[in-house]
Amino acid sequence: MSATTLAPTGRANVLRNTLTIARRNLLHIKSDPEQLVGMTIQPLMFLVLFVYVFGGAIAGSSREYLQFALPGILVQGIAFTPFTTALGLNVDFQRGLIDRFRSLPIARSAVIGGRVAADGVRVLWGELILVGFGVLLGFRFGGGAAGAVGAFLLVAAFGVTMCWPMAFIGVTARSPEAVNTWGFMIILPLTFASSVFARPETMPGWLQAFVSVNPITSVVDATRGLMLGGPVGEPLIESVIWLAAIQAVFVPLAIASYRRRT
Amino acid sequence: MTTSAIEAEGLVRTFGKVRALDGIDMVAREGTVFGLLGPNGAGKTTAIRVLSTLIRPDSGRASVGGYDVVRQPGQVRRLIGLTGQYAAVDELLSGQENLYMLGRLLGYPASDARGRAMELLGAFDLADAATKVVKTYSGGMRRRLDLAASLVGRPRFLYLDEPTTGLDPRSRLELWRMIRGLVADGTTVLLTTQYLEEADRLADEIVVIDHGRVIAAGTPQQLKTRVGGQVLQARPADPADLAATERILAAFAGDDGTHSDGQLVTVRINDHAALGQVIRRLDDEGIAVDDLSLRRSSLDEVFLAITGHLAEADLEAGEMPERSTA
Repeated sequence: MSATTLAPTGRANVLRNTLTIARRNLLHIKSDPEQLVGMTIQPLMFLVLFVYVFGGAIAGSSREYLQFALPGILVQGIAFTPFTTALGLNVDFQRGLIDRFRSLPIARSAVIGGRVAADGVRVLWGELILVGFGVLLGFRFGGGAAGAVGAFLLVAAFGVTMCWPMAFIGVTARSPEAVNTWGFMIILPLTFASSVFARPETMPGWLQAFVSVNPITSVVDATRGLMLGGPVGEPLIESVIWLAAIQAVFVPLAIASYRRRT
Repeated sequence: MTTSAIEAEGLVRTFGKVRALDGIDMVAREGTVFGLLGPNGAGKTTAIRVLSTLIRPDSGRASVGGYDVVRQPGQVRRLIGLTGQYAAVDELLSGQENLYMLGRLLGYPASDARGRAMELLGAFDLADAATKVVKTYSGGMRRRLDLAASLVGRPRFLYLDEPTTGLDPRSRLELWRMIRGLVADGTTVLLTTQYLEEADRLADEIVVIDHGRVIAAGTPQQLKTRVGGQVLQARPADPADLAATERILAAFAGDDGTHSDGQLVTVRINDHAALGQVIRRLDDEGIAVDDLSLRRSSLDEVFLAITGHLAEADLEAGEMPERSTA
């Protein structure tokens, strides 16, 4: 029987399995073009609305606010990208596709890994769109090419990292609706109660206390520093520690709950 | 290697308070169709999920092709193909992309995976829809693609979990034909179904399960014989003759008496000479019948006789979920 001719599933195949699943997830964009709208138009809408509705009130002028807000809105937009990982995994469970994958002789981490890899591509796309559009609106880098590239990489790392807690939510939630509820309940306050849209000094003390320990604040401050050319040392170190900590907790947690879920 | 391809011994699996499997024993021989028959919530899907390494049993053991499902899940996964109750194909990919993806996951080089996909699409009458997105497929097409998907790795053991539930009669017959073809090529099939007719038509051996326990086992023939005898049915042309018809048939009834649905009178008989006598008596009383038949008990009746309740009744109640999403 030719079943015995199948390739063994060694470590090399974990990578290949992961890429196969990632390719599958990206092919979804072709048959579900709304995904592309969500990845492209939505962050731009946020940028335009915030800059032109609140810009004058917050910073005196839209042009000045754009400089301040673009790095923040970039981080916020990317924080929502991993919803695809959470929703996708949840729907795959509901539809029985995960049963199919788990009955195959493939690496157990490949299904989540493939989702995360696909969202990594979406993260890069989202960054290019948002920053490119920001430049069209008049955003100017003050931190040079190195700062721009550094910011780009930091936000990409942040996006990929956030896929893991979202994967955990996707695997443990009972329905796509529950995924949305939990996801928004966590991501929305985290992004607003941060330095994304406004300077923390303008907020009441109790909120400042939260904002200062919020990992998103660290990532935004570091990104802003890199893009505008300001001090980045402390927030950058904090960001790296946060991202490493989130991965250390949620990568094993997501994979373990993926294995356990019946 | 033994000739018993799939073996289970004392399988128990509980979900909370529900004992989905309550000590299942079964032995399926290589190259045959083994039917797991039972109503919804009987434990069929749980049994399939244990045998395909998706969940572990609480106790008991099971092996597939000589490999233990708990200790050697990797080897088991290499031998099996699984077609679930819900067509588990990716709706947002085309049929071809679905099969190609599975081929790649199974370790085929890209060109082989593409070739295998086209081969299966052809064999399952899906070549014309190969590049169409699955969400545009009909129910029958999805089911055929799902079956094709479980065959990408040329599995020795094919698990079919209620493969024809919800299909129209034509698609069902088509799927049956395809399943028979696979068995003819040497595949061992484990089939779960709540359609007694399906088990009767396809399975070489059947295990009837209810509430997680095996309540009967044997060939379809043996099961029918075990419940005994034959079934005689008469439909009087004039409904007014129903009572008289019932009285005449009652004279030949076994322990369980006659059954009437308001048009058709059914009686289980053991006496082979009964038909002639029934005709004579009906004639004597001047009762004309539209329909008079003698046949072996169907598996529906077997199920009723063994469990004391009809399979369909449970089907509607859907009393316990076999899939837990917790």
